[in-house]
Amino acid sequence: MSAHADTHAHDDHGHHHKETFVTKYIFSQDHKMIAKQYLITGTIMGVIGVIMSLLFRMQIAWPEEPNVIFEALLGKWAPDGVMDADIYLALVTIHGTIMVFFVLTAGLSGTFSNLLIPLQIGARDMASGFLNMVSYWLFFLSSVVMVISLFVQAGPAAAGWTIYPPLSALPMAQGGSGAGMTLWLVSMAIFIASSLLGSLNYIVTVINLRTKGMSMTRLPLTIWAFFITAVIGVISFPVLLSAALLLIMDRSFGTSFFLSDIFIQGEVLHYQGGSPVLFEHLFWFLGHPEVYIVILPAMGLVSEIMATNSRKPIFGYRAMIASILAIAFLSTIVWGHHMFVSGMNPFLGSVFTFTTLLIAIPSAVKAFNWITTIWKGNLQMNPAMLFSIGFVSTFITGGLTGIILGDSALDINVHDTYFVVAHFHLVMGISALYGMFAGIYHWYPKMYGRMLNKNLGYIHFWVTAVCAYGVFFPMHFIGMAGLPRRYYTNSNFPLFDDVANVNVIITIFALIGGAVQIVYLYNFFISIFYGKKTVQNPWRSTTLEWTAPIKHIHGNWEGEIPHVHRWSYDYSKPGHDDDFVPQHIPLKDGEEELQH
Amino acid sequence: MTALLTIIVLVFILIAIWQMVKIFDLAQAKNGNDIPGVATDKDNTLNGYLMMGFLAFIYVITIICCVKWGDLPLMSNSASEHGPTIDNLMIVSMVIIFFVQTVTQFLLHYFAFKYKGEKGKQALFFADNNKLEAIWTIIPVIVLAGLIIYGLNTWINIMGVDESDDPLVVELYAQQFNWKARYAGADNTLGKANVRLIDIDRANILGLDESDPNAQDDIITTELHLPVGKPVLFKMRSQDVLHSAYMPHFRAQMNCVPGMITQFGFTPTKTTAEMRDTQQMKDKVANINKIRVENSKKLVAKGEDALERYEFDYVLICNKICGKSHYNMQMKIVVETQEEYDAWIKEQKEFKNSLIN
Repeated sequence: MSAHADTHAHDDHGHHHKETFVTKYIFSQDHKMIAKQYLITGTIMGVIGVIMSLLFRMQIAWPEEPNVIFEALLGKWAPDGVMDADIYLALVTIHGTIMVFFVLTAGLSGTFSNLLIPLQIGARDMASGFLNMVSYWLFFLSSVVMVISLFVQAGPAAAGWTIYPPLSALPMAQGGSGAGMTLWLVSMAIFIASSLLGSLNYIVTVINLRTKGMSMTRLPLTIWAFFITAVIGVISFPVLLSAALLLIMDRSFGTSFFLSDIFIQGEVLHYQGGSPVLFEHLFWFLGHPEVYIVILPAMGLVSEIMATNSRKPIFGYRAMIASILAIAFLSTIVWGHHMFVSGMNPFLGSVFTFTTLLIAIPSAVKAFNWITTIWKGNLQMNPAMLFSIGFVSTFITGGLTGIILGDSALDINVHDTYFVVAHFHLVMGISALYGMFAGIYHWYPKMYGRMLNKNLGYIHFWVTAVCAYGVFFPMHFIGMAGLPRRYYTNSNFPLFDDVANVNVIITIFALIGGAVQIVYLYNFFISIFYGKKTVQNPWRSTTLEWTAPIKHIHGNWEGEIPHVHRWSYDYSKPGHDDDFVPQHIPLKDGEEELQH
Repeated sequence: MTALLTIIVLVFILIAIWQMVKIFDLAQAKNGNDIPGVATDKDNTLNGYLMMGFLAFIYVITIICCVKWGDLPLMSNSASEHGPTIDNLMIVSMVIIFFVQTVTQFLLHYFAFKYKGEKGKQALFFADNNKLEAIWTIIPVIVLAGLIIYGLNTWINIMGVDESDDPLVVELYAQQFNWKARYAGADNTLGKANVRLIDIDRANILGLDESDPNAQDDIITTELHLPVGKPVLFKMRSQDVLHSAYMPHFRAQMNCVPGMITQFGFTPTKTTAEMRDTQQMKDKVANINKIRVENSKKLVAKGEDALERYEFDYVLICNKICGKSHYNMQMKIVVETQEEYDAWIKEQKEFKNSLIN
């Protein structure tokens, strides 16, 4: 394996291939540059997604009230400043799509898998730099198509991010199901191609290009998480692609995969024999693993950051790997818990309840292992560490309510209410976002050679943390009052008048939480140019990326790639002067490598 | 103008942040050994205390939510026979969740406070402990096994339709953006139907098969009336897109899927009048009306009509995104005594008499 890697070694470091501006910054095949491209694109998409959420939150809190912001941003969709009901659903839909796929899949996995896999396993680059470049540019293209879809005449896709047919299939059912939905599907098809290319590359790289001594059980947990995430992606994304293609056929070529017996706007449509429930199965066969595609990389980043900043080994390394594997396996056989009341056989519901609740076990193991990792540590409260602790906190809070939603009998009653919205935002939205922020604060010096301002980081974390709970904790309660999600206004149901004030509180927290992200964006973009210069290994970390030079070079290390002699968590190991021993340091005489 | 204002505000915010950074940097006494951007002991201490503050915040927000909005209609005062079984399961799950949440959040934040870093302090090298791993694998296994068995029992009891009870068969028919109910009539058998048979001109709005003898006595209504204490079996249909028939007070929900018939059965246990008369509902309605009076004052001041007084009614809500007016797709449900129900159904037109020839 190492021989393989070493054949790629660049012996002649004096003369790299000539880099032009285009090959260095645009069509780059260097994984570090591609990681930054993913991050910046993801950030831009994230800004769009968050602004959308603030818009529809304002509508929910102050329904049908004129708002100059609506008028300015939504134009014809907000006549006299009053938001239109169609655009409300479109905002909800595109917010979900952008955040789940473009920010938390591509932005998170794309950034950190690209940055860290080669650097942490000791490889010169990804297995295929070219495919990696293609993967990014397909992602970019899909982002562009998605953004373009916002501007079509009849409005962007508005059937919810789950795009259940027939609503998504019939332009007469909803304005957004015309050109908007076509572009949505095209964008997603391109996105899936990008994701598959990326995932295959990650898998091949982790399997083939590890440096000498880097056995699978010496890998940092980040790499394990990225690796398994890529495997889940390769298994499940093609199924979404097939669902999208079949839906395109139904929409454009008159097939009846998902449609049957439809009477709409005074006419009977020709569709016969299809089933929307089939689409739900196909969609959630990706859709559920997708939430683990989002959360696993965050878990990997958090494990690594917590160990480093606790100056302690991650507790239960093997249990952590086992639980990643268990979660990955279970994630592919639980999709039906989104469909308890879809009309599928109740017995199937029983099976999915069983498998779903089992996921709580590896999740609990991980949570307790993180808590034990900080126990008796020497916690360095860097912003990355705060976001990691925040991650564990929101993961627990959000994860626990999964026990209710995964229980078919209870789901009857809270299905598609705000209880669900609260649950998944905490457990995978906010948690994954925290994981991403933690990763950015931690590896920013590796990406840009400069430090982020820590005080701005502290402000960013604490305000965000308070607002995240302020938004999503009360939301459980309006859900338990029976309030359905995706309602443009609740004013037609006096029944829910007593929770209207909760919606106002939630929106105020959301606006503050959204605004404080400006602090982060400022910090991020200003520090690229004006941040304090970093030292080689600012967090005193053991992993290989910190042995690479600060200035990015093609091939990552000058000279030979470091060899690995120990696992990645030798923090505060007795018998050493420093409280960390990097992986490339050979074992001392008589020193035992932990039998983990 | 708005755009200009927004830009100005943004610029001010950025300048404010820039100034803030400068103040912070100046305020922090530079220690020669500190690496810029890396937490110092001072940062560790401050953030450690903030962690405890945050723990308090989590507890406080939990208590506020429970006290202010904790009279959860979905956890008590159900109006169906199976309702209390769901509510009990919900309460048991909630107790477990709150317990685990309180303990784990305490451990997490307390450890973050207690073990905040100091220069020269040594962390414990503690990488593995099979006993601990076993403990926190086995405990969740036991708890979840209990919850799974309890949950599945409840689920099977709810979803299992017992045809021997001779349930009242009612079709719930969904379309953008309203509901219809179809009663099976004297034969208690719904006539065959398909949206292809819809004939608006003849007022055959649900596409009943006019030649089917079972369809002749079917009754189509825009309100759902149910006799108390009698099992009902709903057969759901949709003519256009997915809808979901959500009846929160009865702890009932099932999607309506074009091209197939789905079903859900329950037995209502409280008439609308009885429900209005429960103390819990009286309090809730009084509170809602207080809010509506307040809102009305604002509306009247703006020259709009005041809101009507709210009186409780059961309601069927659409709970699957179905298009523009999804937010207003509802049908009133009336639960009444058998006599009242019989009187009401007698007034309704049978299908064969409702057709226009």
